[in-house]
Amino acid sequence: MSSRQKPALNRLIRPILICGALALAGCASNNEVSRSGIYDPYEKDNRQTHEFNKAVDKYLFSPASDGYGSIFPAPVRQSFSNFADHLSLPNDVINHTLQGDIDAAALTTVRFVVNTFFGIAGFFDPATEFDIAREDTDFGETLHVWGAAEGPYVELPFFGPSTSRDAVGLVTDIIMNPFVVLFQDPTQYIGVVAYVVDAMGNRYDYDTTIDSILYESADSYAQARILYLQNRRHTLGVEGEDTYLDPDFDPYEDPYDDF
Amino acid sequence: MISELSRRTFVTCLSATALVGAAPGAALALNDAQAKALIDKVVADINRVINSGKSLNAMIKEFERIFVKYGDVPIIARSALGADARRMSSAQLNAYTKAFQGYMARKYGKRFNEFVGGKIDVQGSRKVKSFYEVKSTVKLRGQAPFEVNFLVSDKSGQDKFFDMIIEGISLRLSEKSEIGAMLDKRGGDINALIADLQKAG
Repeated sequence: MSSRQKPALNRLIRPILICGALALAGCASNNEVSRSGIYDPYEKDNRQTHEFNKAVDKYLFSPASDGYGSIFPAPVRQSFSNFADHLSLPNDVINHTLQGDIDAAALTTVRFVVNTFFGIAGFFDPATEFDIAREDTDFGETLHVWGAAEGPYVELPFFGPSTSRDAVGLVTDIIMNPFVVLFQDPTQYIGVVAYVVDAMGNRYDYDTTIDSILYESADSYAQARILYLQNRRHTLGVEGEDTYLDPDFDPYEDPYDDF
Repeated sequence: MISELSRRTFVTCLSATALVGAAPGAALALNDAQAKALIDKVVADINRVINSGKSLNAMIKEFERIFVKYGDVPIIARSALGADARRMSSAQLNAYTKAFQGYMARKYGKRFNEFVGGKIDVQGSRKVKSFYEVKSTVKLRGQAPFEVNFLVSDKSGQDKFFDMIIEGISLRLSEKSEIGAMLDKRGGDINALIADLQKAG
């Protein structure tokens, strides 16, 4: 297939995949939650994926990240991280817009423009100095804003903990990423490369934390699951008084009620 | 049981007396300002330890001291064990609580070197259900600030925190999952769990 035909085909495939993704998200809205606030009907498969991910981390990702971290000093890693963040801004703008959050979309656009021109294509982050904070978002959050329920917990190969809703979000973000849509290879893969490099930087920076969860806990699968779900719900703003109303999964549940 | 109860009552009376002595006519119940004051003290102590330049082992010991002084260790320990705590004898419960305390101090205290040069700022507090939520912001070197909330209650008879929530992650609920997994691995044998907790973390 010539490279000229490929984008045309991509354009055709993309809407089909998105429709499929949205249909899946619809299925995901069956929101049964167990007593502990964790709905994990695929636990057996998830645990297999978890073992796979641990092996990938142990033999590939962790050593690679160690190498990356020891070769490049912190300021250089920070620049790469800035660049990866920068490349995900257009996608953030789209998602903020889809969520109806025009302020965040506008602010993110300004951030993108400022860092493109004054931050040397996003390798530096003067926007933060100007108090234009990054408001990270994704299509999983968009689905949440649109009313899609979290759905079952899933552990994805390579990507790790997720929910069925956020897995759909992740796939959509990858397919819909403006860099992937607008550019042809190899430029369209720059976001992917930056993402992996950034992930290695995070793996290196948070080495102790990640090692303690994956290799030192009694049940690393359950730890990763509870940490992810709590943090994700917090990020999506499922907190405050709403959380207190949910007796099953409430970080603020009153332990004194048990005794 | 009776002695446990009377000791508890005694402690309650003692703290009530102290409170009345400090603020005549004030209501006995915990309020916003008291909850915040407690966490201000916790944070001051933690900030002092972080910047003390002490060795990691010394910091772990300091952390355990802070945890016991300001934290409601018995309730945190019991709630981490969940329903299984009910089938323990009081001797087991005491041994478990003590082991849990050391485990927590080692597990989280050894991370203190990541906090060196960092700073925690207490923002404010609000009432939630029967307790108070005190918000703080943690700023570590080279990282974006993140939110840590302390949950404070006076139900032990003293103002103490019973949970710490870091960016939505409850320390108590995460430990509940971990301690539950440890107990499952030992076939529900609480004595084995206690023995292993004394070394874990």
